[in-house]
Amino acid sequence: MSMEAITDKHGVKRYLITLNVNGDSYTKVVKGNTVLVNVLRDDLDLTGTKKGCELGDCGSCTVLMDGKPVNSCLVLAVEADGREITTIEGLAQHEQLDRLQDSFVNHAAVQCGYCTPGMIMSAKALLSKNPDPTEQEVREAIAGNLCRCTGYVNIVKAVLAAAKAEGGAAR
Amino acid sequence: MAKVLEPESGGVALQAVGKRLPKLDALDKVQGKAVYIHDLKMPRMLYGKILWSRHAHARILNIDTSRAEKLPGVRAVITGYNTPEIKVGFLKDNPVLKKDKVRQYRDEVAAVAAESLEIAEEAVRLIEVEYEPLPAVFDPVEAMREGAPLIHEEKGSNILKLPWKLICGDPDEGRRQADFVVEETFLLPWVTHCCLGTSGCLAEFQPGGNLTVYSPTQIRYLAQRDFLEAMAALGLKDKRVRVVSTAIGGAFGSKLDTYPFEFITILLAYYAGRPVKLVFSREEEFFATPARQKVEAKIAQGCTREGRLTFRDVEMVLDNGAYTSWGATTPSVMMMPISSLYKVPNVRYTARCVYTNNIYATAMRGYGNPQATFAIESQIDALAEQAGFDPLEFRMLNANTAGEVTPQGFKVGSCGMKECLEAVRESLNWNEKRGKRNGRGVGVGSLIHVGGGARIYKSDACGTIIKLDDFAKVTVMSGATDMGQGSDTVIAQIVAEELGVCIGDIKVIMGNTDLETWDVGAHASRTTFVAGNSALYAARSAKEQILALAASLLNEPQEDLAIKNSVVYSRRNPAVSMQLERVLRAAHFKTGGTQIVASHFYDPPTQMLDKEMKGNFSAAYTYGVHGAEVEVDRETGRVEILKYVIAMDVGKAINPMLLEGQLEGGAAMGIGYSLMENLQTEKGKVLNPNFLDYKMLTFADMPEITSIIVETGERFGPFGAKGIGEPPLVGSAPAIANAVYDATGKRVRSLPLTPEKLLFDADGSEERGGE
Repeated sequence: MSMEAITDKHGVKRYLITLNVNGDSYTKVVKGNTVLVNVLRDDLDLTGTKKGCELGDCGSCTVLMDGKPVNSCLVLAVEADGREITTIEGLAQHEQLDRLQDSFVNHAAVQCGYCTPGMIMSAKALLSKNPDPTEQEVREAIAGNLCRCTGYVNIVKAVLAAAKAEGGAAR
Repeated sequence: MAKVLEPESGGVALQAVGKRLPKLDALDKVQGKAVYIHDLKMPRMLYGKILWSRHAHARILNIDTSRAEKLPGVRAVITGYNTPEIKVGFLKDNPVLKKDKVRQYRDEVAAVAAESLEIAEEAVRLIEVEYEPLPAVFDPVEAMREGAPLIHEEKGSNILKLPWKLICGDPDEGRRQADFVVEETFLLPWVTHCCLGTSGCLAEFQPGGNLTVYSPTQIRYLAQRDFLEAMAALGLKDKRVRVVSTAIGGAFGSKLDTYPFEFITILLAYYAGRPVKLVFSREEEFFATPARQKVEAKIAQGCTREGRLTFRDVEMVLDNGAYTSWGATTPSVMMMPISSLYKVPNVRYTARCVYTNNIYATAMRGYGNPQATFAIESQIDALAEQAGFDPLEFRMLNANTAGEVTPQGFKVGSCGMKECLEAVRESLNWNEKRGKRNGRGVGVGSLIHVGGGARIYKSDACGTIIKLDDFAKVTVMSGATDMGQGSDTVIAQIVAEELGVCIGDIKVIMGNTDLETWDVGAHASRTTFVAGNSALYAARSAKEQILALAASLLNEPQEDLAIKNSVVYSRRNPAVSMQLERVLRAAHFKTGGTQIVASHFYDPPTQMLDKEMKGNFSAAYTYGVHGAEVEVDRETGRVEILKYVIAMDVGKAINPMLLEGQLEGGAAMGIGYSLMENLQTEKGKVLNPNFLDYKMLTFADMPEITSIIVETGERFGPFGAKGIGEPPLVGSAPAIANAVYDATGKRVRSLPLTPEKLLFDADGSEERGGE
């Protein structure tokens, strides 16, 4: 890493990073081992991104980094320097919900809701590159996101319906 | 997609009840705005961390906290030696901080509050504990033997003094009457809730010594009482405890008790004089949260040549683990299917819960019913085969019916069991598919569960307060708890229907013991029934007050008035009407005016079980049937579910869309229990405390689910509804195991149905234990 470190009087190295989150620029001082999810939640108060396992197994902390879905618990904050991050808070535009958010509400794809932000971000990444996915493609794209409440059925329905709505609007 | 078999009854078109309405809080949740315990932050809040035991069973010789105390940023270090003793669990056998000895790896030995989680974690590492390991016991059968290491010496035995026993009729005579008898042993593993949001709480003392605990609990009011005991231990008399619910990141029974970590957080907040939040890591969630216990069930059932069941005899050993939570009371629910699933005149059930040095047992969706039903329903198939009956026909022959009183004394109101069996038969194409033994097979598993609350405490009540403002907006304060299942929405629909307002005008507030009135908790699939009835009667009372006011304003007899779409009108002459908000303002804006506030405390018409464990402890019973078509890979032994169907008699679907969510989610949990879930332990240590090694269903594993809603109209239910939270996973395991048998001829008597068992261990009864 070419980044310059500042060493504090206890000998701990810290790095100055600049993140672009949901269109806003933030400059923060982080340790080398600080993970992105903690910067988002603790430093920026963007608590919509959830932590479910901190091992990359559950997908609750999924955000978009330069448009690609990542487990933000596995991304070091220094690796996110200069990148564009989109979190669940950045999805609605001018109070207008994203179609996926609408669709999750209307298809009862939300129960306890803890996995929901991560699910929606994974689905967003899918629809951005594949606006008209098959059911199988939806299942594969979100296979890294665990849900204990819904049995996934309504989530698949919600994503497919959002894709359809999106396609309909574009045509 | 779900189809509804019965048309809406009553002839009156319903406005809100029966509609597929989105969950009220979904809008917050899809935007990341719901606040879970993990998201909560207070000014000057500290972070709590627990030091866990390094042994399954050991004496604590010394705890040295001096290095932790000196670490900068540490504000409190507590152990069992510098805090008053607080014991939790309904047998009070679980000290919140262990002193003298530990009985499990999950045991709390010390705890720290610090300025950051990082410092707290570092401080916990600096605490030195000297142990003297003790002989340990991990198998409940071994733990019952003379001379086994005692988990709680003062008790003199590892067998809990809870001798669960039920005898109905004459089981020995029933056995003599049987022409066919099957006897088997079934084994069920430890499994855990896997809430996506881990456990945690935040405790804050107010300057006067009152306490607020923010918690995703399922039992706000019982927790309040438990926390008051902690206050008493701290010498804080006559103080208030306020429990505030956060959004709940999944519960499934895991938050039905209070646990040591909550009391530790309270102690830390007290000694540090600052708010403290303590949240489990995923690993802690896996090993420290009590789970659904391991059960060994010996079962015998018999029938006559004509296919009538004559007896059922069940003997169980339950691994209680090192401490007692609600797991030890699950036999009270297991009795329900054992005595009352199908018509079986003679029943015997005994169960022993045994202390071991394992993790301990608590409630989990189904509360013992999944274990008992796996044994009963697997064996019903075997018995049917032996007696020469089609297993589904055999179930039809013995099915429960409306109006019967079961041997345990349950008064069955509505019962759609036969309709459910028929629906599953048709959906699975049973008659065509069954009996091929070609690697593909079909199976069913029926179930009974409480659907009208469960009187396990002296009260099974829920309180509701309803008020209306100047603009006819309705606030419903309910003692109930929504943990994602949709109770908020169901309650709003019931109130909207009764008050004649639209659902958008209703706000449901739950989650603050200072505001809402009492409720016993979100358990026993009781919320729609009990909280729903409570809301219904409160709304009725509010409506009567409104109509009395309107009667004088409109000069019409009160009994002719009704409310629809927020307009009060005369049924005889609809032209005579007044906007609801005008009625309310007229009440407020006058000398000697009044306000519309109504409340109701609903306690269902039920009995506590008597000394013989008999009585009508629920006001309604929910019936259902799970069906599965599977394909078993001959090469790998892997079970693939080709089709999964649930038919459920719910009385009345208040919200079919949310109901389907319960059915699908329950099925997913049930399929996981059947095929892959297993909290593995070795000498008391949890081996798979992460989602990579503890397998639960993913998108890729989830089959298509066909939900069939059967509406029988329950006389006591709100708009005819019965409870439904737990049944959607109760019948899964036997349905799948029976389908596997139909496909392969192999009867696996232990869960999960892993490929190894199908390839190498066709007879699961030979194998003991899941470890």
